[in-house]
Amino acid sequence: MCLAIPVRVIALDSSDDTGKVDYMGTKIGANFALLKDIRVGDWVIVHAGFAISRLDEKEARETLAMLREVQKASDDDRFIS
Amino acid sequence: MTTDLYHDRRVTAGLLAEIAALAAKTSKPVRLMEVCGTHTMAIHRHGLKNLLRGAGVEMVSGPGCPVCITPDGFHEAAIGLVTGRENFVLATFGDMTRIPTRIGSLQTAVPAPGSAVKIVYSPAEALDLARRNTGRDVVFFGAGFETTIPAIVVTAKRAMAEKRTRFSVLTAFWTIPPPLRAILTSGEARISGFLYPGHVSAIIGLAPYAFVAREFGLPGAVAGFEPADILLAVRSILEQIRDDRPRVDNAYPRVVRTEGNPAAREVMDSELEPADAVWRGLGLIPQSGLRFKPRSSAVDAAVKYGLHPAGDASDAPGCRCGDVLRGVISPPQCALFGRMCTPDHPRGPCMVSLEGACLVHHKYRGPLRAAKRTP
Ligand code: SF4
Repeated sequence: MCLAIPVRVIALDSSDDTGKVDYMGTKIGANFALLKDIRVGDWVIVHAGFAISRLDEKEARETLAMLREVQKASDDDRFIS
Repeated sequence: MTTDLYHDRRVTAGLLAEIAALAAKTSKPVRLMEVCGTHTMAIHRHGLKNLLRGAGVEMVSGPGCPVCITPDGFHEAAIGLVTGRENFVLATFGDMTRIPTRIGSLQTAVPAPGSAVKIVYSPAEALDLARRNTGRDVVFFGAGFETTIPAIVVTAKRAMAEKRTRFSVLTAFWTIPPPLRAILTSGEARISGFLYPGHVSAIIGLAPYAFVAREFGLPGAVAGFEPADILLAVRSILEQIRDDRPRVDNAYPRVVRTEGNPAAREVMDSELEPADAVWRGLGLIPQSGLRFKPRSSAVDAAVKYGLHPAGDASDAPGCRCGDVLRGVISPPQCALFGRMCTPDHPRGPCMVSLEGACLVHHKYRGPLRAAKRTP
Protein backbone atom coordinates (compact mmCIF):
# COMPACT_ATOMS: atom_id res chain seq x y z
CA MET A 1 0.00 0.00 0.00
CA CYS A 2 2.86 2.32 0.75
CA LEU A 3 6.00 2.66 -1.34
CA ALA A 4 8.27 3.67 1.46
CA ILE A 5 10.96 4.61 -1.04
CA PRO A 6 11.35 7.81 -3.02
CA VAL A 7 10.43 7.77 -6.70
CA ARG A 8 11.31 10.30 -9.40
CA VAL A 9 8.63 12.35 -11.15
CA ILE A 10 8.85 11.87 -14.91
CA ALA A 11 5.65 13.54 -16.17
CA LEU A 12 3.04 15.95 -14.84
CA ASP A 13 -0.37 17.04 -16.09
CA SER A 14 -1.47 20.07 -14.09
CA SER A 15 -4.97 20.05 -15.62
CA ASP A 16 -6.02 17.09 -13.47
CA ASP A 17 -3.16 16.82 -10.92
CA THR A 18 -1.96 13.51 -12.35
CA GLY A 19 1.48 12.42 -13.43
CA LYS A 20 3.89 9.57 -13.80
CA VAL A 21 6.72 8.41 -11.59
CA ASP A 22 9.58 6.03 -12.24
CA TYR A 23 9.27 3.12 -9.81
CA MET A 24 12.39 0.98 -10.22
CA GLY A 25 12.33 1.39 -13.97
CA THR A 26 8.56 1.08 -14.36
CA LYS A 27 6.37 4.06 -15.20
CA ILE A 28 3.43 4.26 -12.84
CA GLY A 29 0.64 6.79 -12.52
CA ALA A 30 0.39 9.01 -9.46
CA ASN A 31 -1.87 11.79 -8.28
CA PHE A 32 -0.32 15.10 -7.22
CA ALA A 33 -3.35 16.86 -5.72
CA LEU A 34 -1.71 16.81 -2.27
CA LEU A 35 1.63 18.30 -3.31
CA LYS A 36 1.94 21.74 -4.80
CA ASP A 37 4.88 23.10 -6.80
CA ILE A 38 6.23 19.75 -7.94
CA ARG A 39 8.45 19.65 -11.02
CA VAL A 40 9.51 16.87 -13.32
CA GLY A 41 12.75 15.48 -11.89
CA ASP A 42 11.72 15.92 -8.24
CA TRP A 43 11.81 12.91 -5.93
CA VAL A 44 8.61 12.18 -4.02
CA ILE A 45 7.07 9.63 -1.66
CA VAL A 46 3.97 8.00 -3.16
CA HIS A 47 1.35 6.38 -0.95
CA ALA A 48 -1.77 4.63 -2.26
CA GLY A 49 -1.24 6.30 -5.61
CA PHE A 50 -0.86 9.82 -4.21
CA ALA A 51 2.36 11.80 -3.83
CA ILE A 52 2.43 12.91 -0.19
CA SER A 53 5.85 14.44 0.29
CA ARG A 54 8.75 15.83 -1.70
CA LEU A 55 12.26 14.70 -0.90
CA ASP A 56 14.41 17.57 0.34
CA GLU A 57 17.81 17.17 -1.31
CA LYS A 58 19.63 19.36 1.17
CA GLU A 59 18.34 17.35 4.14
CA ALA A 60 19.11 14.10 2.29
CA ARG A 61 22.69 15.23 1.74
CA GLU A 62 23.09 16.15 5.41
CA THR A 63 21.81 12.77 6.56
CA LEU A 64 24.18 11.04 4.15
CA ALA A 65 27.10 13.11 5.42
CA MET A 66 26.21 12.02 8.96
CA LEU A 67 26.09 8.38 7.87
CA ARG A 68 29.44 8.73 6.11
CA GLU A 69 30.95 9.87 9.39
CA VAL A 70 29.52 6.85 11.18
CA GLN A 71 30.86 4.63 8.41
CA LYS A 72 34.29 6.16 8.66
CA ALA A 73 34.38 5.85 12.46
CA SER A 74 33.28 2.26 12.08
CA ASP A 75 36.18 1.69 9.63
CA ASP A 76 38.64 3.22 12.06
CA ASP A 77 37.37 1.00 14.88
CA ARG A 78 37.99 -2.02 12.79
CA PHE A 79 41.47 -0.81 11.92
CA ILE A 80 42.31 -0.42 15.61
CA SER A 81 40.92 -3.72 16.79
CA MET B 1 18.60 9.48 -4.44
CA THR B 2 18.28 6.10 -2.78
CA THR B 3 21.69 5.05 -1.70
CA ASP B 4 23.51 2.05 -0.33
CA LEU B 5 24.76 4.05 2.62
CA TYR B 6 21.40 3.48 4.32
CA HIS B 7 22.04 -0.27 4.14
CA ASP B 8 25.81 -0.23 4.57
CA ARG B 9 27.02 -2.81 7.11
CA ARG B 10 29.65 -0.56 8.60
CA VAL B 11 27.07 2.19 9.08
CA THR B 12 24.66 -0.25 10.72
CA ALA B 13 27.41 -1.69 12.92
CA GLY B 14 28.64 1.76 13.89
CA LEU B 15 25.16 2.97 14.84
CA LEU B 16 24.43 -0.24 16.75
CA ALA B 17 27.66 0.15 18.71
CA GLU B 18 26.70 3.70 19.64
CA ILE B 19 23.21 2.53 20.60
CA ALA B 20 24.62 -0.29 22.75
CA ALA B 21 26.93 2.13 24.56
CA LEU B 22 24.03 4.50 25.24
CA ALA B 23 21.68 1.70 26.32
CA ALA B 24 24.28 0.32 28.73
CA LYS B 25 24.16 3.60 30.63
CA THR B 26 20.39 3.71 31.10
CA SER B 27 19.00 2.73 34.48
CA LYS B 28 15.81 1.10 33.15
CA PRO B 29 15.26 -1.41 30.32
CA VAL B 30 14.67 0.41 27.03
CA ARG B 31 11.40 -0.60 25.36
CA LEU B 32 10.56 1.43 22.28
CA MET B 33 7.26 1.16 20.49
CA GLU B 34 7.33 1.39 16.72
CA VAL B 35 3.95 2.87 15.98
CA CYS B 36 3.94 2.20 12.25
CA GLY B 37 3.33 -1.19 10.66
CA THR B 38 5.76 -0.36 7.87
CA HIS B 39 8.42 0.08 10.57
CA THR B 40 7.51 -3.31 12.04
CA MET B 41 8.08 -4.78 8.59
CA ALA B 42 11.38 -2.95 8.04
CA ILE B 43 12.71 -3.79 11.52
CA HIS B 44 12.13 -7.50 10.99
CA ARG B 45 13.12 -7.70 7.35
CA HIS B 46 16.49 -6.11 8.03
CA GLY B 47 17.08 -8.20 11.14
CA LEU B 48 17.08 -5.12 13.35
CA LYS B 49 14.78 -6.68 15.94
CA ASN B 50 17.49 -9.07 17.13
CA LEU B 51 20.38 -6.69 16.53
CA LEU B 52 18.70 -4.04 18.65
CA ARG B 53 17.83 -6.57 21.34
CA GLY B 54 21.52 -7.46 21.42
CA ALA B 55 22.29 -3.77 21.85
CA GLY B 56 19.90 -3.55 24.80
CA VAL B 57 16.85 -2.10 23.07
CA GLU B 58 13.57 -4.02 22.89
CA MET B 59 11.29 -3.02 20.03
CA VAL B 60 7.56 -3.42 20.63
CA SER B 61 4.91 -3.19 17.90
CA GLY B 62 2.02 -0.80 18.38
CA PRO B 63 -1.35 0.07 16.89
CA GLY B 64 0.13 1.13 13.55
CA CYS B 65 -1.71 -1.13 11.15
CA PRO B 66 -5.02 0.42 10.05
CA VAL B 67 -6.31 -2.86 8.69
CA CYS B 68 -5.63 -4.50 12.07
CA ILE B 69 -7.18 -1.91 14.34
CA THR B 70 -10.41 -1.65 12.31
CA PRO B 71 -13.02 -3.62 14.30
CA ASP B 72 -14.84 -6.51 12.64
CA GLY B 73 -18.05 -4.49 12.48
CA PHE B 74 -16.66 -2.49 9.56
CA HIS B 75 -15.70 -5.59 7.61
CA GLU B 76 -19.07 -7.14 8.35
CA ALA B 77 -20.83 -4.01 7.09
CA ALA B 78 -18.82 -4.22 3.87
CA ILE B 79 -19.64 -7.92 3.49
CA GLY B 80 -23.31 -7.08 4.10
CA LEU B 81 -23.27 -4.54 1.28
CA VAL B 82 -21.78 -6.76 -1.39
CA THR B 83 -23.80 -9.85 -0.44
CA GLY B 84 -27.06 -7.97 0.04
CA ARG B 85 -27.11 -5.61 -2.92
CA GLU B 86 -27.32 -6.48 -6.58
CA ASN B 87 -25.22 -4.71 -9.21
CA PHE B 88 -22.89 -3.40 -6.61
CA VAL B 89 -19.10 -3.01 -6.56
CA LEU B 90 -17.12 -2.97 -3.34
CA ALA B 91 -13.55 -1.76 -3.94
CA THR B 92 -10.88 -1.94 -1.28
CA PHE B 93 -7.18 -2.57 -0.61
CA GLY B 94 -6.10 -6.21 -0.98
CA ASP B 95 -5.46 -6.93 2.72
CA MET B 96 -8.95 -5.83 3.61
CA THR B 97 -10.55 -8.64 1.63
CA ARG B 98 -8.96 -11.35 3.77
CA ILE B 99 -9.91 -10.20 7.27
CA PRO B 100 -11.74 -13.08 8.97
CA THR B 101 -14.99 -12.19 10.76
CA ARG B 102 -17.87 -14.21 12.20
CA ILE B 103 -19.51 -14.06 8.79
CA GLY B 104 -16.39 -14.88 6.77
CA SER B 105 -14.29 -12.43 4.79
CA LEU B 106 -14.86 -10.30 1.71
CA GLN B 107 -12.88 -12.94 -0.17
CA THR B 108 -15.11 -15.83 0.91
CA ALA B 109 -18.37 -13.85 0.71
CA VAL B 110 -20.67 -14.71 -2.19
CA PRO B 111 -21.66 -11.42 -3.82
CA ALA B 112 -25.27 -10.81 -4.83
CA PRO B 113 -26.06 -11.16 -8.57
CA GLY B 114 -24.17 -8.58 -10.61
CA SER B 115 -22.07 -7.57 -7.62
CA ALA B 116 -18.33 -7.97 -7.02
CA VAL B 117 -15.43 -7.24 -4.71
CA LYS B 118 -12.58 -5.47 -6.50
CA ILE B 119 -9.08 -5.02 -5.15
CA VAL B 120 -7.56 -1.62 -5.85
CA TYR B 121 -4.19 -0.14 -5.07
CA SER B 122 -5.41 3.44 -4.85
CA PRO B 123 -8.77 5.08 -4.06
CA ALA B 124 -8.41 6.81 -7.44
CA GLU B 125 -8.80 3.39 -9.08
CA ALA B 126 -12.08 2.91 -7.23
CA LEU B 127 -13.38 6.15 -8.70
CA ASP B 128 -12.28 4.93 -12.13
CA LEU B 129 -14.43 1.85 -11.55
CA ALA B 130 -17.39 4.13 -10.86
CA ARG B 131 -16.70 6.04 -14.08
CA ARG B 132 -16.69 2.81 -16.08
CA ASN B 133 -19.66 1.16 -14.29
CA THR B 134 -22.23 3.93 -14.39
CA GLY B 135 -25.08 1.46 -13.87
CA ARG B 136 -23.72 0.15 -10.56
CA ASP B 137 -23.20 1.56 -7.09
CA VAL B 138 -19.50 1.62 -6.24
CA VAL B 139 -18.30 1.83 -2.64
CA PHE B 140 -14.67 2.30 -1.73
CA PHE B 141 -14.04 0.71 1.67
CA GLY B 142 -11.08 2.64 3.02
CA ALA B 143 -9.26 1.99 6.28
CA GLY B 144 -6.39 4.31 6.95
CA PHE B 145 -4.39 6.72 9.05
CA GLU B 146 -3.42 10.27 8.19
CA THR B 147 -1.16 8.99 5.41
CA THR B 148 -4.01 7.48 3.42
CA ILE B 149 -6.96 9.61 4.47
CA PRO B 150 -6.06 12.69 2.35
CA ALA B 151 -5.83 10.53 -0.77
CA ILE B 152 -9.28 9.12 -0.09
CA VAL B 153 -10.72 12.58 0.58
CA VAL B 154 -9.27 13.99 -2.66
CA THR B 155 -10.99 11.11 -4.45
CA ALA B 156 -14.27 11.73 -2.63
CA LYS B 157 -14.17 15.44 -3.50
CA ARG B 158 -13.50 14.59 -7.11
CA ALA B 159 -16.47 12.22 -7.16
CA MET B 160 -18.72 14.93 -5.74
CA ALA B 161 -17.42 17.47 -8.27
CA GLU B 162 -18.18 15.00 -11.07
CA LYS B 163 -21.62 14.36 -9.50
CA ARG B 164 -20.96 10.63 -9.38
CA THR B 165 -23.92 9.96 -7.12
CA ARG B 166 -23.37 6.21 -7.32
CA PHE B 167 -19.88 6.45 -5.76
CA SER B 168 -19.39 6.59 -2.01
CA VAL B 169 -16.81 5.79 0.63
CA LEU B 170 -17.14 3.53 3.66
CA THR B 171 -14.68 5.18 6.01
CA ALA B 172 -12.60 3.55 8.73
CA PHE B 173 -10.43 6.59 9.41
CA TRP B 174 -8.11 6.66 12.42
CA THR B 175 -5.72 9.28 13.74
CA ILE B 176 -2.44 8.30 15.37
CA PRO B 177 -1.90 10.64 18.33
CA PRO B 178 -4.97 9.62 20.45
CA PRO B 179 -4.04 5.91 20.76
CA LEU B 180 -0.52 6.90 21.82
CA ARG B 181 -2.06 8.81 24.68
CA ALA B 182 -4.30 5.83 25.50
CA ILE B 183 -1.28 3.49 25.55
CA LEU B 184 0.73 5.80 27.79
CA THR B 185 -2.20 6.44 30.13
CA SER B 186 -2.80 2.73 30.68
CA GLY B 187 0.93 2.14 31.15
CA GLU B 188 0.60 -1.57 30.52
CA ALA B 189 2.99 -1.59 27.55
CA ARG B 190 5.82 -0.16 29.72
CA ILE B 191 7.13 2.00 26.89
CA SER B 192 10.21 4.18 27.28
CA GLY B 193 9.82 6.00 23.98
CA PHE B 194 8.22 6.07 20.55
CA LEU B 195 9.54 5.58 17.06
CA TYR B 196 7.06 7.87 15.32
CA PRO B 197 5.68 6.86 11.92
CA GLY B 198 7.52 8.41 8.98
CA HIS B 199 4.72 8.89 6.53
CA VAL B 200 1.91 9.76 8.94
CA SER B 201 4.29 12.46 10.18
CA ALA B 202 4.85 13.67 6.61
CA ILE B 203 1.20 14.73 6.78
CA ILE B 204 0.67 15.77 10.42
CA GLY B 205 4.14 17.15 11.24
CA LEU B 206 5.74 17.02 14.67
CA ALA B 207 3.43 19.13 16.85
CA PRO B 208 0.76 16.44 17.47
CA TYR B 209 3.33 14.33 19.38
CA ALA B 210 4.48 17.14 21.67
CA PHE B 211 2.26 15.91 24.52
CA VAL B 212 4.30 12.70 24.81
CA ALA B 213 7.38 14.61 25.99
CA ARG B 214 5.47 17.37 27.76
CA GLU B 215 2.91 15.34 29.70
CA PHE B 216 4.56 11.92 29.94
CA GLY B 217 8.23 12.93 29.86
CA LEU B 218 9.01 10.39 27.16
CA PRO B 219 11.35 10.74 24.19
CA GLY B 220 10.56 9.99 20.58
CA ALA B 221 11.84 10.38 17.04
CA VAL B 222 10.26 10.28 13.61
CA ALA B 223 11.99 7.57 11.59
CA GLY B 224 12.37 6.70 7.92
CA PHE B 225 12.28 3.13 6.69
CA GLU B 226 15.84 2.18 5.73
CA PRO B 227 17.95 0.38 8.34
CA ALA B 228 20.11 3.45 9.00
CA ASP B 229 17.00 5.66 9.28
CA ILE B 230 15.58 3.45 12.02
CA LEU B 231 18.90 3.25 13.88
CA LEU B 232 19.40 7.02 13.68
CA ALA B 233 15.99 7.48 15.31
CA VAL B 234 16.73 4.91 18.02
CA ARG B 235 20.07 6.60 18.70
CA SER B 236 18.30 9.95 19.03
CA ILE B 237 15.81 8.48 21.52
CA LEU B 238 18.65 7.06 23.64
CA GLU B 239 20.46 10.40 23.55
CA GLN B 240 17.28 12.04 24.78
CA ILE B 241 17.12 9.51 27.63
CA ARG B 242 20.80 10.11 28.46
CA ASP B 243 20.34 13.87 28.53
CA ASP B 244 16.99 13.59 30.28
CA ARG B 245 15.60 15.93 27.64
CA PRO B 246 12.63 14.24 26.01
CA ARG B 247 11.39 15.87 22.82
CA VAL B 248 10.06 15.07 19.37
CA ASP B 249 13.09 14.62 17.13
CA ASN B 250 12.84 14.41 13.38
CA ALA B 251 15.27 11.72 12.21
CA TYR B 252 13.67 11.65 8.73
CA PRO B 253 14.02 15.31 7.70
CA ARG B 254 14.49 14.53 4.01
CA VAL B 255 10.81 13.54 3.83
CA VAL B 256 9.13 14.95 6.96
CA ARG B 257 8.73 18.71 7.44
CA THR B 258 8.19 20.11 10.94
CA GLU B 259 4.81 21.39 9.81
CA GLY B 260 3.91 18.25 7.85
CA ASN B 261 1.91 18.69 4.66
CA PRO B 262 -0.53 21.59 5.25
CA ALA B 263 -2.22 21.13 1.85
CA ALA B 264 -3.10 17.54 2.75
CA ARG B 265 -4.42 18.59 6.15
CA GLU B 266 -6.53 21.30 4.53
CA VAL B 267 -8.11 18.69 2.28
CA MET B 268 -8.93 16.55 5.34
CA ASP B 269 -10.25 19.49 7.36
CA SER B 270 -12.50 20.60 4.52
CA GLU B 271 -14.55 17.39 4.44
CA LEU B 272 -13.94 15.58 7.74
CA GLU B 273 -14.60 16.13 11.43
CA PRO B 274 -13.24 14.30 14.48
CA ALA B 275 -15.40 11.59 15.99
CA ASP B 276 -15.15 9.15 18.88
CA ALA B 277 -13.99 5.79 17.55
CA VAL B 278 -13.61 2.22 18.73
CA TRP B 279 -10.23 0.59 18.02
CA ARG B 280 -9.63 -3.15 18.10
CA GLY B 281 -7.92 -3.89 21.39
CA LEU B 282 -7.97 -0.32 22.58
CA GLY B 283 -11.71 0.20 22.73
CA LEU B 284 -13.37 3.60 22.59
CA ILE B 285 -10.93 6.48 22.25
CA PRO B 286 -12.49 9.95 22.29
CA GLN B 287 -12.01 11.97 19.10
CA SER B 288 -9.65 9.40 17.61
CA GLY B 289 -11.49 8.90 14.34
CA LEU B 290 -12.55 11.07 11.44
CA ARG B 291 -15.87 11.04 9.60
CA PHE B 292 -17.39 13.02 6.76
CA LYS B 293 -19.01 16.31 7.68
CA PRO B 294 -22.76 16.46 7.00
CA ARG B 295 -22.09 18.61 3.92
CA SER B 296 -20.21 15.68 2.33
CA SER B 297 -22.90 13.13 3.13
CA ALA B 298 -23.47 12.52 -0.59
CA VAL B 299 -20.26 10.52 -0.65
CA ASP B 300 -20.61 8.92 2.80
CA ALA B 301 -21.57 5.25 2.42
CA ALA B 302 -22.57 5.06 6.10
CA VAL B 303 -25.26 7.70 5.49
CA LYS B 304 -26.26 6.41 2.08
CA TYR B 305 -26.83 2.82 3.21
CA GLY B 306 -27.71 3.48 6.85
CA LEU B 307 -24.65 1.66 8.23
CA HIS B 308 -23.51 1.90 11.85
CA PRO B 309 -20.34 -0.16 11.73
CA ALA B 310 -18.80 0.98 15.02
CA GLY B 311 -18.93 -1.17 18.07
CA ASP B 312 -17.03 -4.23 19.07
CA ALA B 313 -13.34 -3.90 19.93
CA SER B 314 -12.87 -7.58 20.71
CA ASP B 315 -11.08 -10.36 18.88
CA ALA B 316 -12.13 -13.79 17.64
CA PRO B 317 -12.00 -16.44 20.42
CA GLY B 318 -8.37 -17.13 21.35
CA CYS B 319 -6.98 -14.36 19.13
CA ARG B 320 -4.95 -11.74 21.01
CA CYS B 321 -4.56 -9.24 18.19
CA GLY B 322 -5.85 -6.53 20.52
CA ASP B 323 -3.10 -7.26 23.07
CA VAL B 324 -0.55 -7.21 20.25
CA LEU B 325 -1.81 -3.83 19.06
CA ARG B 326 -1.49 -2.39 22.56
CA GLY B 327 2.09 -3.63 22.84
CA VAL B 328 1.18 -5.86 25.79
CA ILE B 329 2.28 -9.12 24.18
CA SER B 330 4.56 -10.03 21.32
CA PRO B 331 2.85 -12.19 18.65
CA PRO B 332 4.62 -15.47 19.55
CA GLN B 333 3.06 -15.15 23.03
CA CYS B 334 -0.34 -15.81 21.46
CA ALA B 335 -1.12 -19.52 21.92
CA LEU B 336 -2.51 -19.73 18.38
CA PHE B 337 0.53 -18.13 16.71
CA GLY B 338 2.02 -20.40 14.05
CA ARG B 339 -0.21 -23.30 15.09
CA MET B 340 -3.90 -22.54 14.71
CA CYS B 341 -3.14 -19.17 13.16
CA THR B 342 -0.90 -18.91 10.11
CA PRO B 343 -0.78 -16.64 7.05
CA ASP B 344 -2.75 -19.31 5.14
CA HIS B 345 -5.33 -19.68 7.89
CA PRO B 346 -5.34 -16.40 9.78
CA ARG B 347 -7.50 -16.09 12.89
CA GLY B 348 -7.14 -12.37 13.23
CA PRO B 349 -6.25 -9.32 11.16
CA CYS B 350 -2.76 -9.10 12.69
CA MET B 351 -1.91 -12.27 10.72
CA VAL B 352 -3.48 -10.92 7.50
CA SER B 353 -2.20 -7.45 6.88
CA LEU B 354 1.24 -7.15 5.31
CA GLU B 355 1.96 -4.70 8.11
CA GLY B 356 0.35 -6.84 10.80
CA ALA B 357 2.73 -7.68 13.63
CA CYS B 358 1.73 -11.38 13.67
CA LEU B 359 2.29 -11.82 9.94
CA VAL B 360 5.61 -10.01 10.11
CA HIS B 361 6.79 -12.05 13.11
CA HIS B 362 5.68 -15.26 11.39
CA LYS B 363 7.45 -14.41 8.16
CA TYR B 364 10.76 -13.54 9.79
CA ARG B 365 10.80 -15.82 12.81
CA GLY B 366 13.73 -17.80 11.39
CA PRO B 367 14.95 -20.92 13.22
CA LEU B 368 12.06 -20.79 15.70
CA ARG B 369 9.92 -22.06 12.91
CA ALA B 370 11.45 -25.53 12.83
CA ALA B 371 11.89 -25.72 16.59
CA LYS B 372 8.32 -24.85 17.46
CA ARG B 373 6.52 -27.02 15.01
CA THR B 374 5.89 -30.50 16.37
CA PRO B 375 4.66 -33.08 13.87
S1 SF4 C 1 -1.25 -14.99 16.04
FE1 SF4 C 1 -3.28 -14.99 15.05
S2 SF4 C 1 -4.68 -15.53 16.66
FE2 SF4 C 1 -2.78 -14.87 17.66
S3 SF4 C 1 -3.00 -12.66 18.00
FE3 SF4 C 1 -2.04 -12.89 16.03
S4 SF4 C 1 -3.72 -12.85 14.56
FE4 SF4 C 1 -4.63 -13.28 16.57
